[in-house]
Order: sequence, then C-alpha cells, then structure tokens
Amino acid sequence: MGNMATQTRFHVLAVDDSLIDRKLIERLLKTSSYQVTAVDSGSKALEFLGLNGENEDEERNSSVESVSAADEDHQVGVNLIITDYCMPGMTGYDLLRKIKQSSSFKDIPVVIMSSENIPSRINRCLEDGAEEFFLKPVKLSDVNKLRPHLMKGITTKNEMQSNTNKRKGSEEIQSPDRTRPRYNELEVV
Amino acid sequence: MDGYGMQNQIACIRRSLFDQGYLDEQFIQLEELQDDANPNFVQEIVTLFYTDSTRLIQNIELTLNSRPINFSKLDDYMHQFKGSSSSIGAKKVTSECAVFRQYCAAGNAEACIRNFQHIKQEHAILRKKLEFYFQMMGQAAVAQTR
Repeated sequence: MGNMATQTRFHVLAVDDSLIDRKLIERLLKTSSYQVTAVDSGSKALEFLGLNGENEDEERNSSVESVSAADEDHQVGVNLIITDYCMPGMTGYDLLRKIKQSSSFKDIPVVIMSSENIPSRINRCLEDGAEEFFLKPVKLSDVNKLRPHLMKGITTKNEMQSNTNKRKGSEEIQSPDRTRPRYNELEVV
Repeated sequence: MDGYGMQNQIACIRRSLFDQGYLDEQFIQLEELQDDANPNFVQEIVTLFYTDSTRLIQNIELTLNSRPINFSKLDDYMHQFKGSSSSIGAKKVTSECAVFRQYCAAGNAEACIRNFQHIKQEHAILRKKLEFYFQMMGQAAVAQTR
C-alpha cells in the first residue's frame, strides 16, 4: 500500500482550444486512470514539453541519463499526446510534425482528434506518424484504444534499459529525461 | 411527492429529452463519466457549454450584423459552436449548426440570419429543459436524504 503513492501513472498531454472538449477529454482520460495535463494550443504543448522550436540541445540539461526507482516521484514524463486537429495558429497536424521531427520526442505516440471526417486529412495524419485518429465527440471506447500505444512505450524502454524494478501490472514509466514539466494536472488556458 | 415518485418523474423527463431529439447518445457518454468522485460532471460540462456558447452567440451576432459579412469568420465561430454542442450531445442545436455552415459556405446571408434564429431558439429551449432536469435531480437528492 505504501508504494501506491510512488507508482507512476501514464501521463497524457491533451491539446484542444475548446474549453468544453478539454474538460471532456480530461474526464475521459482521468476515468482511465491517466494523469492529464490539458493545454489550449500547440505552442503551449511544445512549451510544456520544453520544446520551444529553437535549439533542442539547450534543453538537454539533465545529467540523469537513466532513471532509477528513487527518482520516480519527481518525474512527470509525457507518455502520449492527444491533440485536436483544428486549432488557431498551430494545427494538430503541425504539432504532430514538430513532435516527430524532434529527436527527443519523436517516439511519443501522438493521437489526433477532429470533428470533421475528411479521409485525406485522416490519411495524411496517419502517414505522418499519428497512431490513431479519433472523430469527435471522443468516447470512452476511443480512449480505451490508447493503452496499447502506451504499453508499447514501456516494452521498448524495458528492452533498451535493464529494469530491475519490474512490478506485476505496473505502469511504471521510464520517462524521457527531457520533458520539463511546469504544470502538474493544471489546466493552462 | 415522495422519493420514488420523483425518480419516476425524472426518468420520464430524461427519456423525453432523448425521444424528442433534444439529446443524443453523447449525453449518455457524459452520464457514464460521472461517478462518486465526480458526481456533478454532467451539470458542470453543460454549464460550461452555456457560458462558452453564449460568448460565441454574441460574436456570431456581431459578425452577422457587420457589412460585408465575414463568412470565413462566421464559419469559424460556428465550427466551434457545433463542436461544443456535439460534445454535450445537444442534438437539435448541432444539426442546426450544420445547416448554418452550409448556408455560410454558400455565402447566403439571408439564410444564415434566418437559421441563426433557429439556433438561438433551440439553444434556449434546451437550456431551460436541462436546467429543469438538473433542478429535479437536485430535489430528488435532497428528498432521498430525508
């Protein structure tokens, strides 16, 4: 029981300019036991990740290359990004491209949501690296599809690093050491 | 009215909202997201919708009243409005918004203006119905504690 507090949950970054949809996606994700950070724009999402579109090397200030169990409490890596497509300024597609072009973040799964069912749009997003494309309004059955993409992240990391802290059914994350959270489950508007 | 009678009445109100096409299955999705830790989620998100959509309505009015009409801006606002109403399961409002966007795409100002009146009406009707529904639920909750 004492370990529950230190067990890391999957952390999802949700991006949507609609207040209502942010509230909805947040509730959907929390119901599925994910930790959620909700922001209202692509640029805020990049800011949260520590990617300001400038020199990425500036962000590599962490001296911790591998993660130990002791650090879990202090880590809030992002394990998945779910973003609306239609947003003023940077679209969800633009954000997808930026994430995939980033050496630090390209392996974070990205999911796109849209209220418009436009096959060419959907195909383009999937071809350019989106794992899933959800039509709005997003439902619980959609959010259930996220889990395999999140679990894939763990498997890859477990293969890459020797993990002496395997717990049965654990959602323990060896999170990317380059995400620099400024918010913790707070909504940024 | 006793607790059981109230539950019955509430169930009837709720069913009629679906039967008469005011709400669709998305509203049920919202209800399913409600739990002991978040007992007022539906009411909260509906309240948020009405606050947000009131602002959008004002913006749409302004845009419709300006000359020449900026159809691109209109479509933008309506896209947001339609999105939000769809997210809370407001069936009639959402479909009126879809019609509006068609008129908007065609640059048909008169039809837009006319259709917008329908949107506002449906928006207001649903608001009243939902307020009444939540009020009844609130009363039933109180009755149950007696």
